[in-house]
Amino acid sequence: MPGDVRFVERPEAESSYVRAISQGLGITVRHFLRPDKPTQQYPDEKWELAPRWRGTHRMAVHEDGRAKCVGCGLCPTVCPVNCIKLIPAEDENGERYAAVYEIDEFRCIFCGFCQEVCPVEAIHLGVHYENAEYTRERWVYDLARLCENDHPVTALWDPADPSSE
Amino acid sequence: MEAISGTAFVVATIVKTLVFFVILLLGVALTTYMERKVAGFMQDRSGPNRVGPLGILQVMADGLKFILKEEVTPEAAHKRFFLLAPVLALFPATVLFGVIPLGSPLPTPWGRVDMIVADVPIGFLYVLGIASLAVYGVVMAGWSSNSKYSFLGGLRGSAQMISYEIGLAMSLVPVLMLAGNVEMPVLVSMQQSFAAGPGTYGVWFIFPLLLSGFFFLVSGLAETNRVPFDLPEAEAEIVGGYHTEYSSMKFGMFFLGEYFHLITTGALISVFFLGGWDIPFWRGDNIRVLADGTVIGDPAWWKTLLTMGAFTVKTTLLVVFFMFIRWTIPRFRYDQLMDLGWKVFLPALMLYIMLTAVAVFVLDRAQIVGPAFAGALFGLNLLLMLIFLYLLDRGRLVRGATAKTRAATAMEGD
Repeated sequence: MPGDVRFVERPEAESSYVRAISQGLGITVRHFLRPDKPTQQYPDEKWELAPRWRGTHRMAVHEDGRAKCVGCGLCPTVCPVNCIKLIPAEDENGERYAAVYEIDEFRCIFCGFCQEVCPVEAIHLGVHYENAEYTRERWVYDLARLCENDHPVTALWDPADPSSE
Repeated sequence: MEAISGTAFVVATIVKTLVFFVILLLGVALTTYMERKVAGFMQDRSGPNRVGPLGILQVMADGLKFILKEEVTPEAAHKRFFLLAPVLALFPATVLFGVIPLGSPLPTPWGRVDMIVADVPIGFLYVLGIASLAVYGVVMAGWSSNSKYSFLGGLRGSAQMISYEIGLAMSLVPVLMLAGNVEMPVLVSMQQSFAAGPGTYGVWFIFPLLLSGFFFLVSGLAETNRVPFDLPEAEAEIVGGYHTEYSSMKFGMFFLGEYFHLITTGALISVFFLGGWDIPFWRGDNIRVLADGTVIGDPAWWKTLLTMGAFTVKTTLLVVFFMFIRWTIPRFRYDQLMDLGWKVFLPALMLYIMLTAVAVFVLDRAQIVGPAFAGALFGLNLLLMLIFLYLLDRGRLVRGATAKTRAATAMEGD
Protein backbone atom coordinates (compact mmCIF):
# COMPACT_ATOMS: atom_id res chain seq x y z
CA MET A 1 0.00 0.00 0.00
CA PRO A 2 1.52 3.32 -1.00
CA GLY A 3 1.38 6.17 1.49
CA ASP A 4 -0.32 6.13 4.83
CA VAL A 5 -3.69 4.64 4.19
CA ARG A 6 -5.60 4.37 7.39
CA PHE A 7 -8.05 1.50 7.58
CA VAL A 8 -11.20 2.16 9.52
CA GLU A 9 -12.14 -1.20 10.88
CA ARG A 10 -15.81 -1.94 11.01
CA PRO A 11 -16.71 -5.12 12.89
CA GLU A 12 -18.47 -7.58 10.65
CA ALA A 13 -21.29 -8.00 13.13
CA GLU A 14 -22.05 -4.29 12.94
CA SER A 15 -22.04 -3.96 9.20
CA SER A 16 -25.48 -4.37 7.82
CA TYR A 17 -27.11 -4.45 4.44
CA VAL A 18 -30.53 -5.96 4.84
CA ARG A 19 -31.35 -4.14 8.07
CA ALA A 20 -30.10 -0.84 6.74
CA ILE A 21 -32.14 -1.19 3.57
CA SER A 22 -35.30 -2.14 5.43
CA GLN A 23 -34.78 0.88 7.62
CA GLY A 24 -34.28 3.07 4.56
CA LEU A 25 -37.40 1.71 2.90
CA GLY A 26 -39.30 2.44 6.10
CA ILE A 27 -38.18 6.05 6.00
CA THR A 28 -39.08 6.56 2.35
CA VAL A 29 -42.46 4.91 2.79
CA ARG A 30 -43.17 7.14 5.76
CA HIS A 31 -42.34 10.23 3.74
CA PHE A 32 -44.32 8.92 0.77
CA LEU A 33 -47.43 8.64 2.92
CA ARG A 34 -46.97 12.03 4.54
CA PRO A 35 -49.87 14.15 3.31
CA ASP A 36 -48.42 17.60 4.04
CA LYS A 37 -45.85 18.67 1.51
CA PRO A 38 -43.86 21.74 2.48
CA THR A 39 -43.72 22.83 -1.16
CA GLN A 40 -45.20 26.25 -1.78
CA GLN A 41 -47.12 26.35 -5.06
CA TYR A 42 -45.29 29.54 -5.93
CA PRO A 43 -47.05 31.44 -8.70
CA ASP A 44 -50.44 30.51 -7.24
CA GLU A 45 -49.42 30.92 -3.66
CA LYS A 46 -47.19 33.89 -2.93
CA TRP A 47 -44.68 34.21 -0.22
CA GLU A 48 -45.69 36.43 2.66
CA LEU A 49 -42.93 38.98 3.04
CA ALA A 50 -41.78 40.49 6.29
CA PRO A 51 -42.65 44.19 6.74
CA ARG A 52 -38.93 44.96 6.89
CA TRP A 53 -38.17 43.13 3.65
CA ARG A 54 -35.90 45.32 1.53
CA GLY A 55 -36.75 45.06 -2.13
CA THR A 56 -36.89 47.27 -5.22
CA HIS A 57 -37.50 50.98 -4.74
CA ARG A 58 -40.59 53.05 -4.89
CA MET A 59 -40.96 56.83 -4.88
CA ALA A 60 -43.66 58.44 -2.78
CA VAL A 61 -45.83 60.93 -4.68
CA HIS A 62 -47.96 63.97 -3.81
CA GLU A 63 -51.69 63.80 -4.35
CA ASP A 64 -51.33 65.45 -7.74
CA GLY A 65 -48.89 62.77 -8.86
CA ARG A 66 -45.64 64.73 -8.54
CA ALA A 67 -42.74 62.88 -6.93
CA LYS A 68 -42.06 63.98 -3.36
CA CYS A 69 -38.33 64.19 -4.11
CA VAL A 70 -36.87 67.67 -3.60
CA GLY A 71 -33.53 66.89 -5.22
CA CYS A 72 -31.50 67.53 -2.09
CA GLY A 73 -28.82 65.06 -3.20
CA LEU A 74 -28.52 63.21 0.08
CA CYS A 75 -29.38 59.78 -1.32
CA PRO A 76 -26.73 59.70 -4.09
CA THR A 77 -24.25 60.92 -1.51
CA VAL A 78 -25.05 58.26 1.06
CA CYS A 79 -25.46 55.43 -1.43
CA PRO A 80 -22.53 53.07 -0.83
CA VAL A 81 -22.56 51.67 -4.36
CA ASN A 82 -23.37 54.84 -6.30
CA CYS A 83 -26.45 53.41 -7.92
CA ILE A 84 -28.57 56.58 -7.76
CA LYS A 85 -28.27 59.18 -10.48
CA LEU A 86 -29.86 62.52 -9.54
CA ILE A 87 -29.90 65.77 -11.53
CA PRO A 88 -31.84 68.37 -9.54
CA ALA A 89 -33.69 71.32 -11.07
CA GLU A 90 -35.78 74.25 -9.88
CA ASP A 91 -39.24 75.21 -11.12
CA GLU A 92 -40.64 78.76 -11.61
CA ASN A 93 -41.80 78.85 -7.96
CA GLY A 94 -38.27 78.18 -6.77
CA GLU A 95 -39.13 74.65 -5.67
CA ARG A 96 -36.46 72.03 -6.29
CA TYR A 97 -37.35 68.78 -7.96
CA ALA A 98 -35.50 65.86 -9.54
CA ALA A 99 -35.16 66.42 -13.27
CA VAL A 100 -33.48 63.05 -13.65
CA TYR A 101 -33.74 60.37 -11.00
CA GLU A 102 -32.56 56.89 -11.88
CA ILE A 103 -31.73 53.90 -9.73
CA ASP A 104 -29.72 51.04 -11.14
CA GLU A 105 -31.32 48.12 -9.36
CA PHE A 106 -28.62 45.77 -10.58
CA ARG A 107 -26.04 47.75 -8.68
CA CYS A 108 -28.18 48.44 -5.62
CA ILE A 109 -27.37 46.40 -2.53
CA PHE A 110 -30.70 47.23 -0.86
CA CYS A 111 -29.07 48.66 2.25
CA GLY A 112 -31.91 51.13 2.75
CA PHE A 113 -29.62 54.11 3.47
CA CYS A 114 -31.44 56.22 0.84
CA GLN A 115 -34.74 55.72 2.60
CA GLU A 116 -33.19 56.44 5.97
CA VAL A 117 -31.46 59.63 4.85
CA CYS A 118 -34.32 61.13 2.82
CA PRO A 119 -35.54 64.30 4.60
CA VAL A 120 -38.96 64.30 2.90
CA GLU A 121 -39.61 60.53 2.97
CA ALA A 122 -39.72 60.36 -0.81
CA ILE A 123 -37.54 57.37 -1.79
CA HIS A 124 -38.36 54.06 -0.20
CA LEU A 125 -37.37 50.47 -0.53
CA GLY A 126 -40.34 48.25 -1.28
CA VAL A 127 -41.69 44.98 0.03
CA HIS A 128 -41.44 43.34 -3.36
CA TYR A 129 -39.37 40.73 -5.11
CA GLU A 130 -40.77 39.79 -8.53
CA ASN A 131 -38.38 41.85 -10.66
CA ALA A 132 -37.69 39.72 -13.71
CA GLU A 133 -37.09 41.71 -16.92
CA TYR A 134 -36.31 40.81 -20.51
CA THR A 135 -33.51 43.39 -20.97
CA ARG A 136 -30.81 44.82 -18.78
CA GLU A 137 -31.94 48.39 -19.53
CA ARG A 138 -35.25 47.72 -17.87
CA TRP A 139 -33.39 47.28 -14.61
CA VAL A 140 -32.52 50.99 -14.43
CA TYR A 141 -35.67 52.44 -12.91
CA ASP A 142 -36.37 56.05 -13.91
CA LEU A 143 -38.48 58.48 -11.96
CA ALA A 144 -41.74 57.64 -13.71
CA ARG A 145 -41.26 53.94 -13.04
CA LEU A 146 -40.36 54.57 -9.41
CA CYS A 147 -43.52 56.66 -8.96
CA GLU A 148 -45.64 54.02 -10.66
CA ASN A 149 -44.56 51.26 -8.29
CA ASP A 150 -47.31 50.69 -5.79
CA HIS A 151 -46.04 47.84 -3.63
CA PRO A 152 -45.90 48.45 0.14
CA VAL A 153 -42.89 50.37 1.40
CA THR A 154 -40.32 48.86 3.70
CA ALA A 155 -40.47 49.56 7.40
CA LEU A 156 -36.83 50.26 8.14
CA TRP A 157 -37.32 49.73 11.81
CA ASP A 158 -39.94 48.15 13.97
CA PRO A 159 -42.40 50.95 14.87
CA ALA A 160 -42.94 49.37 18.28
CA ASP A 161 -39.22 49.38 18.93
CA PRO A 162 -37.71 52.39 17.10
CA SER A 163 -34.26 52.11 18.58
CA SER A 164 -34.06 48.39 17.74
CA GLU A 165 -33.41 47.21 21.22
CA MET B 1 -66.01 -24.29 -25.21
CA GLU B 2 -63.90 -24.72 -28.31
CA ALA B 3 -60.85 -22.52 -28.82
CA ILE B 4 -61.27 -19.89 -31.50
CA SER B 5 -59.99 -20.96 -34.92
CA GLY B 6 -59.79 -20.02 -38.59
CA THR B 7 -60.39 -16.44 -39.70
CA ALA B 8 -61.81 -15.53 -36.32
CA PHE B 9 -58.50 -16.55 -34.75
CA VAL B 10 -56.56 -14.20 -37.03
CA VAL B 11 -58.94 -11.33 -36.33
CA ALA B 12 -58.87 -12.02 -32.59
CA THR B 13 -55.08 -12.10 -32.57
CA ILE B 14 -54.81 -8.81 -34.43
CA VAL B 15 -57.31 -7.16 -32.09
CA LYS B 16 -55.53 -8.58 -29.03
CA THR B 17 -52.15 -7.40 -30.28
CA LEU B 18 -53.45 -3.89 -30.90
CA VAL B 19 -55.29 -3.64 -27.59
CA PHE B 20 -52.47 -5.07 -25.49
CA PHE B 21 -49.87 -2.94 -27.22
CA VAL B 22 -51.89 0.21 -26.65
CA ILE B 23 -52.37 -0.78 -23.01
CA LEU B 24 -48.64 -1.36 -22.68
CA LEU B 25 -47.80 1.98 -24.29
CA LEU B 26 -50.24 3.82 -22.07
CA GLY B 27 -48.85 1.93 -19.12
CA VAL B 28 -45.34 3.01 -19.98
CA ALA B 29 -46.38 6.63 -20.37
CA LEU B 30 -48.18 6.55 -17.05
CA THR B 31 -45.24 4.80 -15.41
CA THR B 32 -42.90 7.66 -16.28
CA TYR B 33 -45.42 10.03 -14.72
CA MET B 34 -45.86 7.74 -11.74
CA GLU B 35 -42.12 7.52 -11.17
CA ARG B 36 -41.85 11.28 -10.98
CA LYS B 37 -44.82 11.48 -8.65
CA VAL B 38 -43.52 8.69 -6.41
CA ALA B 39 -40.06 10.20 -6.31
CA GLY B 40 -41.57 13.56 -5.46
CA PHE B 41 -43.75 12.24 -2.69
CA MET B 42 -40.89 10.28 -1.17
CA GLN B 43 -38.80 13.42 -1.04
CA ASP B 44 -41.63 15.53 0.41
CA ARG B 45 -42.19 17.27 -2.92
CA SER B 46 -45.40 17.19 -4.89
CA GLY B 47 -43.98 16.01 -8.22
CA PRO B 48 -45.25 17.31 -11.57
CA ASN B 49 -48.52 19.17 -11.01
CA ARG B 50 -48.54 22.01 -13.53
CA VAL B 51 -49.54 20.38 -16.82
CA GLY B 52 -53.14 19.29 -16.75
CA PRO B 53 -55.04 18.01 -13.71
CA LEU B 54 -52.54 16.75 -11.13
CA GLY B 55 -49.87 17.06 -13.81
CA ILE B 56 -51.09 14.00 -15.70
CA LEU B 57 -50.43 15.68 -19.06
CA GLN B 58 -46.75 15.95 -18.14
CA VAL B 59 -46.44 12.71 -20.06
CA MET B 60 -47.54 14.46 -23.27
CA ALA B 61 -45.29 17.41 -22.60
CA ASP B 62 -42.32 15.09 -22.10
CA GLY B 63 -43.07 13.15 -25.26
CA LEU B 64 -43.50 16.32 -27.27
CA LYS B 65 -40.20 17.61 -25.96
CA PHE B 66 -38.42 14.42 -26.96
CA ILE B 67 -39.73 14.76 -30.50
CA LEU B 68 -39.08 18.49 -30.86
CA LYS B 69 -35.50 18.45 -29.59
CA GLU B 70 -32.71 18.69 -32.13
CA GLU B 71 -31.37 15.35 -33.17
CA VAL B 72 -27.59 15.11 -33.21
CA THR B 73 -25.78 12.16 -34.75
CA PRO B 74 -22.06 12.14 -34.08
CA GLU B 75 -20.00 12.38 -37.27
CA ALA B 76 -17.85 9.39 -36.40
CA ALA B 77 -20.74 7.18 -35.28
CA HIS B 78 -21.44 3.97 -37.12
CA LYS B 79 -24.71 5.24 -38.51
CA ARG B 80 -26.47 1.96 -39.19
CA PHE B 81 -25.87 0.49 -35.76
CA PHE B 82 -26.33 3.85 -34.12
CA LEU B 83 -29.86 3.88 -35.54
CA LEU B 84 -30.52 0.24 -34.76
CA ALA B 85 -29.50 0.37 -31.08
CA PRO B 86 -32.52 2.28 -29.70
CA VAL B 87 -34.84 -0.06 -31.57
CA LEU B 88 -33.09 -3.06 -30.06
CA ALA B 89 -33.41 -1.49 -26.63
CA LEU B 90 -37.18 -1.26 -26.98
CA PHE B 91 -37.84 -4.44 -28.90
CA PRO B 92 -37.22 -7.24 -26.35
CA ALA B 93 -39.36 -5.79 -23.59
CA THR B 94 -42.17 -5.17 -26.06
CA VAL B 95 -42.27 -8.63 -27.63
CA LEU B 96 -41.87 -10.27 -24.22
CA PHE B 97 -45.24 -8.87 -23.35
CA GLY B 98 -46.76 -11.04 -26.08
CA VAL B 99 -46.39 -14.28 -24.12
CA ILE B 100 -47.72 -13.01 -20.83
CA PRO B 101 -51.23 -14.23 -19.99
CA LEU B 102 -53.16 -11.15 -18.94
CA GLY B 103 -56.48 -12.64 -17.86
CA SER B 104 -58.83 -15.58 -17.87
CA PRO B 105 -60.08 -16.83 -21.27
CA LEU B 106 -62.79 -14.71 -22.86
CA PRO B 107 -65.85 -16.52 -24.26
CA THR B 108 -67.07 -15.11 -27.57
CA PRO B 109 -69.73 -16.31 -30.03
CA TRP B 110 -66.91 -17.57 -32.24
CA GLY B 111 -65.14 -19.56 -29.54
CA ARG B 112 -62.86 -19.10 -26.56
CA VAL B 113 -60.18 -16.41 -26.80
CA ASP B 114 -57.18 -16.81 -24.54
CA MET B 115 -55.99 -13.52 -23.11
CA ILE B 116 -52.47 -13.97 -24.37
CA VAL B 117 -51.19 -12.74 -27.72
CA ALA B 118 -49.00 -15.72 -28.48
CA ASP B 119 -49.42 -18.86 -26.43
CA VAL B 120 -46.08 -20.28 -27.48
CA PRO B 121 -45.50 -23.83 -26.25
CA ILE B 122 -41.95 -22.96 -25.16
CA GLY B 123 -43.30 -20.35 -22.72
CA PHE B 124 -40.63 -18.99 -20.54
CA LEU B 125 -37.75 -20.34 -22.56
CA TYR B 126 -38.91 -17.72 -25.04
CA VAL B 127 -38.91 -15.20 -22.21
CA LEU B 128 -35.33 -15.99 -21.28
CA GLY B 129 -34.20 -16.02 -24.90
CA ILE B 130 -35.75 -12.67 -25.77
CA ALA B 131 -34.78 -11.06 -22.46
CA SER B 132 -31.15 -11.77 -23.19
CA LEU B 133 -31.44 -9.85 -26.47
CA ALA B 134 -31.82 -6.64 -24.47
CA VAL B 135 -28.08 -6.52 -23.99
CA TYR B 136 -27.57 -5.95 -27.72
CA GLY B 137 -29.24 -2.56 -27.55
CA VAL B 138 -26.87 -1.49 -24.81
CA VAL B 139 -23.67 -2.83 -26.27
CA MET B 140 -24.52 -1.66 -29.78
CA ALA B 141 -25.34 1.84 -28.58
CA GLY B 142 -22.10 1.97 -26.63
CA TRP B 143 -19.94 0.77 -29.48
CA SER B 144 -21.54 2.56 -32.41
CA SER B 145 -21.45 5.98 -30.73
CA ASN B 146 -17.69 5.98 -31.18
CA SER B 147 -17.22 7.71 -27.85
CA LYS B 148 -15.12 6.46 -24.95
CA TYR B 149 -17.79 7.22 -22.41
CA SER B 150 -20.49 5.43 -24.34
CA PHE B 151 -18.19 2.51 -24.97
CA LEU B 152 -17.31 2.08 -21.31
CA GLY B 153 -20.96 2.42 -20.36
CA GLY B 154 -21.90 -0.17 -22.95
CA LEU B 155 -19.24 -2.57 -21.69
CA ARG B 156 -20.38 -2.17 -18.13
CA GLY B 157 -23.98 -2.62 -19.12
CA SER B 158 -23.36 -5.74 -21.17
CA ALA B 159 -21.19 -7.33 -18.48
CA GLN B 160 -23.81 -6.63 -15.88
CA MET B 161 -26.75 -7.83 -17.94
CA ILE B 162 -25.03 -11.03 -18.99
CA SER B 163 -24.05 -11.74 -15.38
CA TYR B 164 -27.53 -11.29 -14.05
CA GLU B 165 -29.16 -13.23 -16.84
CA ILE B 166 -27.74 -16.29 -15.14
CA GLY B 167 -29.48 -15.35 -11.94
CA LEU B 168 -32.66 -14.68 -13.89
CA ALA B 169 -32.60 -18.03 -15.65
CA MET B 170 -31.48 -20.10 -12.69
CA SER B 171 -34.04 -18.65 -10.33
CA LEU B 172 -36.70 -19.97 -12.70
CA VAL B 173 -35.45 -23.55 -12.53
CA PRO B 174 -37.29 -24.26 -9.26
CA VAL B 175 -40.45 -22.83 -10.83
CA LEU B 176 -39.98 -25.30 -13.64
CA MET B 177 -39.57 -28.13 -11.13
CA LEU B 178 -42.84 -27.28 -9.46
CA ALA B 179 -44.88 -26.51 -12.55
CA GLY B 180 -43.47 -29.29 -14.67
CA ASN B 181 -44.24 -27.25 -17.76
CA VAL B 182 -42.92 -24.14 -19.47
CA GLU B 183 -46.19 -22.82 -20.87
CA MET B 184 -47.17 -19.56 -19.26
CA PRO B 185 -50.93 -20.27 -18.87
CA VAL B 186 -50.05 -23.60 -17.24
CA LEU B 187 -47.77 -21.77 -14.82
CA VAL B 188 -50.70 -19.59 -13.81
CA SER B 189 -53.13 -22.49 -13.42
CA MET B 190 -50.63 -24.44 -11.32
CA GLN B 191 -50.90 -21.65 -8.76
CA GLN B 192 -54.70 -21.92 -8.59
CA SER B 193 -56.88 -24.64 -7.14
CA PHE B 194 -59.50 -26.59 -9.09
CA ALA B 195 -62.22 -29.08 -8.33
CA ALA B 196 -61.22 -31.30 -11.22
CA GLY B 197 -58.26 -32.09 -13.46
CA PRO B 198 -54.64 -32.87 -12.58
CA GLY B 199 -53.38 -31.68 -9.22
CA THR B 200 -52.15 -28.14 -8.64
CA TYR B 201 -50.50 -26.39 -5.72
CA GLY B 202 -53.27 -23.96 -4.94
CA VAL B 203 -50.89 -21.26 -3.69
CA TRP B 204 -48.84 -18.62 -5.40
CA PHE B 205 -45.31 -19.75 -6.10
CA ILE B 206 -43.89 -16.92 -4.01
CA PHE B 207 -44.66 -19.06 -0.94
CA PRO B 208 -43.10 -22.40 -1.83
CA LEU B 209 -40.34 -20.63 -3.79
CA LEU B 210 -39.70 -17.54 -1.68
CA LEU B 211 -35.98 -17.46 -2.23
CA SER B 212 -36.42 -18.03 -5.94
CA GLY B 213 -38.73 -15.04 -6.08
CA PHE B 214 -36.20 -12.93 -4.23
CA PHE B 215 -33.41 -13.87 -6.63
CA PHE B 216 -35.64 -13.26 -9.63
CA LEU B 217 -36.64 -9.86 -8.29
CA VAL B 218 -33.06 -8.77 -7.73
CA SER B 219 -31.83 -10.16 -11.05
CA GLY B 220 -34.78 -8.52 -12.77
CA LEU B 221 -33.80 -5.20 -11.25
CA ALA B 222 -30.27 -5.70 -12.54
CA GLU B 223 -31.62 -6.55 -15.99
CA THR B 224 -33.59 -3.32 -16.14
CA ASN B 225 -30.42 -1.37 -15.26
CA ARG B 226 -32.15 0.43 -12.46
CA VAL B 227 -30.85 1.51 -9.09
CA PRO B 228 -29.18 -0.15 -7.22
CA PHE B 229 -27.77 -1.70 -10.40
CA ASP B 230 -27.64 1.41 -12.59
CA LEU B 231 -23.92 1.20 -13.20
CA PRO B 232 -24.16 1.67 -16.99
CA GLU B 233 -25.01 5.28 -16.26
CA ALA B 234 -22.63 7.17 -14.01
CA GLU B 235 -22.44 10.92 -14.44
CA ALA B 236 -19.23 11.26 -12.52
CA GLU B 237 -17.31 8.61 -14.44
CA ILE B 238 -18.79 7.97 -17.86
CA VAL B 239 -21.20 10.87 -18.38
CA GLY B 240 -24.52 9.39 -19.54
CA GLY B 241 -23.20 5.88 -20.13
CA TYR B 242 -24.10 4.04 -23.31
CA HIS B 243 -26.61 6.68 -24.42
CA THR B 244 -24.31 9.68 -23.96
CA GLU B 245 -24.33 10.50 -27.67
CA TYR B 246 -28.05 10.05 -28.18
CA SER B 247 -30.42 12.94 -28.37
CA SER B 248 -34.04 13.67 -29.11
CA MET B 249 -36.40 10.72 -29.59
CA LYS B 250 -33.51 8.28 -29.96
CA PHE B 251 -32.61 8.99 -26.36
CA GLY B 252 -36.31 8.87 -25.62
CA MET B 253 -36.41 5.30 -26.84
CA PHE B 254 -33.71 4.24 -24.40
CA PHE B 255 -35.58 6.10 -21.71
CA LEU B 256 -38.87 4.42 -22.59
CA GLY B 257 -37.10 1.09 -22.98
CA GLU B 258 -36.25 1.21 -19.29
CA TYR B 259 -39.90 1.63 -18.42
CA PHE B 260 -41.00 -1.07 -20.87
CA HIS B 261 -38.53 -3.35 -19.10
CA LEU B 262 -39.84 -2.29 -15.74
CA ILE B 263 -43.41 -3.18 -16.61
CA THR B 264 -42.41 -6.42 -18.30
CA THR B 265 -40.31 -7.46 -15.31
CA GLY B 266 -43.21 -6.66 -13.01
CA ALA B 267 -45.56 -8.67 -15.20
CA LEU B 268 -43.16 -11.63 -15.31
CA ILE B 269 -42.81 -11.68 -11.54
CA SER B 270 -46.61 -11.60 -11.31
CA VAL B 271 -46.92 -14.60 -13.60
CA PHE B 272 -44.11 -16.65 -12.11
CA PHE B 273 -44.58 -15.95 -8.45
CA LEU B 274 -47.77 -14.03 -7.75
CA GLY B 275 -50.28 -16.23 -9.50
CA GLY B 276 -50.53 -14.21 -12.71
CA TRP B 277 -54.11 -13.05 -13.17
CA ASP B 278 -55.38 -15.13 -10.26
CA ILE B 279 -57.61 -13.29 -7.80
CA PRO B 280 -56.71 -14.50 -4.29
CA PHE B 281 -59.29 -16.16 -2.00
CA TRP B 282 -61.81 -16.60 -4.81
CA ARG B 283 -62.24 -19.76 -6.80
CA GLY B 284 -64.69 -18.37 -9.33
CA ASP B 285 -61.90 -16.97 -11.49
CA ASN B 286 -59.94 -20.22 -11.59
CA ILE B 287 -60.29 -21.25 -15.21
CA ARG B 288 -57.95 -23.65 -16.85
CA VAL B 289 -57.54 -25.14 -20.28
CA LEU B 290 -56.05 -28.61 -20.30
CA ALA B 291 -53.74 -29.85 -23.05
CA ASP B 292 -56.59 -31.81 -24.68
CA GLY B 293 -58.76 -28.70 -24.87
CA THR B 294 -61.11 -29.34 -21.94
CA VAL B 295 -61.98 -26.20 -20.03
CA ILE B 296 -62.31 -26.42 -16.25
CA GLY B 297 -64.24 -23.59 -14.60
CA ASP B 298 -66.66 -21.40 -16.49
CA PRO B 299 -65.33 -18.37 -18.38
CA ALA B 300 -67.28 -15.12 -18.50
CA TRP B 301 -66.47 -11.73 -19.92
CA TRP B 302 -66.67 -10.01 -16.55
CA LYS B 303 -64.27 -12.56 -15.10
CA THR B 304 -61.83 -11.73 -17.87
CA LEU B 305 -62.06 -8.04 -16.99
CA LEU B 306 -61.71 -8.73 -13.27
CA THR B 307 -58.69 -10.97 -13.71
CA MET B 308 -57.05 -8.45 -16.04
CA GLY B 309 -57.65 -5.89 -13.33
CA ALA B 310 -56.02 -8.16 -10.75
CA PHE B 311 -53.04 -8.65 -13.02
CA THR B 312 -52.72 -4.89 -13.53
CA VAL B 313 -52.87 -4.29 -9.80
CA LYS B 314 -50.14 -6.85 -9.12
CA THR B 315 -47.90 -5.47 -11.84
CA THR B 316 -48.48 -1.89 -10.74
CA LEU B 317 -47.67 -2.69 -7.13
CA LEU B 318 -44.45 -4.36 -8.22
CA VAL B 319 -43.55 -1.37 -10.37
CA VAL B 320 -44.20 0.93 -7.43
CA PHE B 321 -42.04 -1.34 -5.30
CA PHE B 322 -39.23 -1.02 -7.88
CA MET B 323 -39.63 2.74 -7.67
CA PHE B 324 -39.38 2.67 -3.91
CA ILE B 325 -36.19 0.68 -4.23
CA ARG B 326 -34.82 3.10 -6.78
CA TRP B 327 -35.38 6.12 -4.58
CA THR B 328 -34.19 4.45 -1.39
CA ILE B 329 -31.15 2.32 -2.02
CA PRO B 330 -27.74 3.67 -2.96
CA ARG B 331 -26.07 1.93 -5.87
CA PHE B 332 -23.53 -0.84 -5.56
CA ARG B 333 -19.91 -0.35 -6.41
CA TYR B 334 -19.02 -2.09 -9.63
CA ASP B 335 -16.99 -4.83 -7.95
CA GLN B 336 -19.79 -5.44 -5.45
CA LEU B 337 -22.20 -5.76 -8.34
CA MET B 338 -20.07 -8.40 -10.02
CA ASP B 339 -19.35 -10.16 -6.71
CA LEU B 340 -23.03 -10.32 -5.93
CA GLY B 341 -23.80 -11.81 -9.32
CA TRP B 342 -21.03 -14.36 -9.63
CA LYS B 343 -19.86 -15.09 -6.10
CA VAL B 344 -23.16 -14.90 -4.26
CA PHE B 345 -26.10 -15.48 -6.56
CA LEU B 346 -24.61 -18.18 -8.74
CA PRO B 347 -23.45 -20.50 -5.94
CA ALA B 348 -26.46 -19.70 -3.78
CA LEU B 349 -28.80 -20.50 -6.65
CA MET B 350 -26.99 -23.74 -7.46
CA LEU B 351 -27.31 -24.81 -3.85
CA TYR B 352 -30.91 -23.70 -3.78
CA ILE B 353 -31.79 -25.64 -6.94
CA MET B 354 -30.19 -28.72 -5.48
CA LEU B 355 -32.02 -28.37 -2.18
CA THR B 356 -35.31 -27.76 -3.94
CA ALA B 357 -34.78 -30.77 -6.14
CA VAL B 358 -34.08 -32.95 -3.12
CA ALA B 359 -37.08 -31.54 -1.28
CA VAL B 360 -39.36 -32.10 -4.28
CA PHE B 361 -38.07 -35.64 -4.63
CA VAL B 362 -38.57 -36.44 -0.92
CA LEU B 363 -42.04 -34.87 -0.84
CA ASP B 364 -43.00 -36.78 -3.99
CA ARG B 365 -41.87 -40.03 -2.44
CA ALA B 366 -43.77 -39.23 0.74
CA GLN B 367 -46.92 -38.90 -1.40
CA ILE B 368 -47.51 -35.34 -0.25
CA VAL B 369 -49.39 -33.29 -2.85
CA GLY B 370 -51.10 -29.97 -3.39
CA PRO B 371 -51.11 -27.29 -0.68
CA ALA B 372 -49.37 -29.55 1.85
CA PHE B 373 -46.50 -29.95 -0.62
CA ALA B 374 -46.34 -26.19 -1.04
CA GLY B 375 -46.51 -25.67 2.69
CA ALA B 376 -43.57 -27.96 3.36
CA LEU B 377 -41.53 -26.17 0.70
CA PHE B 378 -42.54 -22.83 2.19
CA GLY B 379 -41.12 -23.89 5.54
CA LEU B 380 -37.86 -24.90 3.92
CA ASN B 381 -37.71 -21.62 1.98
CA LEU B 382 -38.37 -19.51 5.04
CA LEU B 383 -35.44 -21.19 6.77
CA LEU B 384 -33.14 -20.75 3.76
CA MET B 385 -34.23 -17.13 3.34
CA LEU B 386 -33.39 -16.36 6.96
CA ILE B 387 -29.97 -17.95 6.62
CA PHE B 388 -29.30 -16.09 3.38
CA LEU B 389 -30.41 -12.73 4.75
CA TYR B 390 -28.37 -13.29 7.90
CA LEU B 391 -25.22 -13.90 5.87
CA LEU B 392 -25.99 -11.00 3.52
CA ASP B 393 -26.62 -8.68 6.43
CA ARG B 394 -23.40 -9.44 8.28
CA GLY B 395 -21.29 -8.02 5.50
CA ARG B 396 -19.90 -11.39 4.54
CA LEU B 397 -21.44 -11.62 1.11
CA VAL B 398 -21.30 -8.01 -0.02
CA ARG B 399 -18.10 -6.74 1.46
CA GLY B 400 -17.00 -3.17 1.91
CA ALA B 401 -13.92 -1.76 0.21
CA THR B 402 -11.91 -1.84 3.43
CA ALA B 403 -12.27 -5.53 3.99
CA LYS B 404 -11.24 -6.17 0.39
CA THR B 405 -8.19 -3.95 0.40
CA ARG B 406 -7.23 -5.38 3.76
CA ALA B 407 -7.42 -8.89 2.40
CA ALA B 408 -5.42 -7.96 -0.70
CA THR B 409 -2.75 -6.27 1.38
CA ALA B 410 -2.53 -9.21 3.73
CA MET B 411 -1.88 -11.48 0.77
CA GLU B 412 0.97 -9.29 -0.42
CA GLY B 413 2.51 -9.68 3.05
CA ASP B 414 2.01 -5.94 3.87
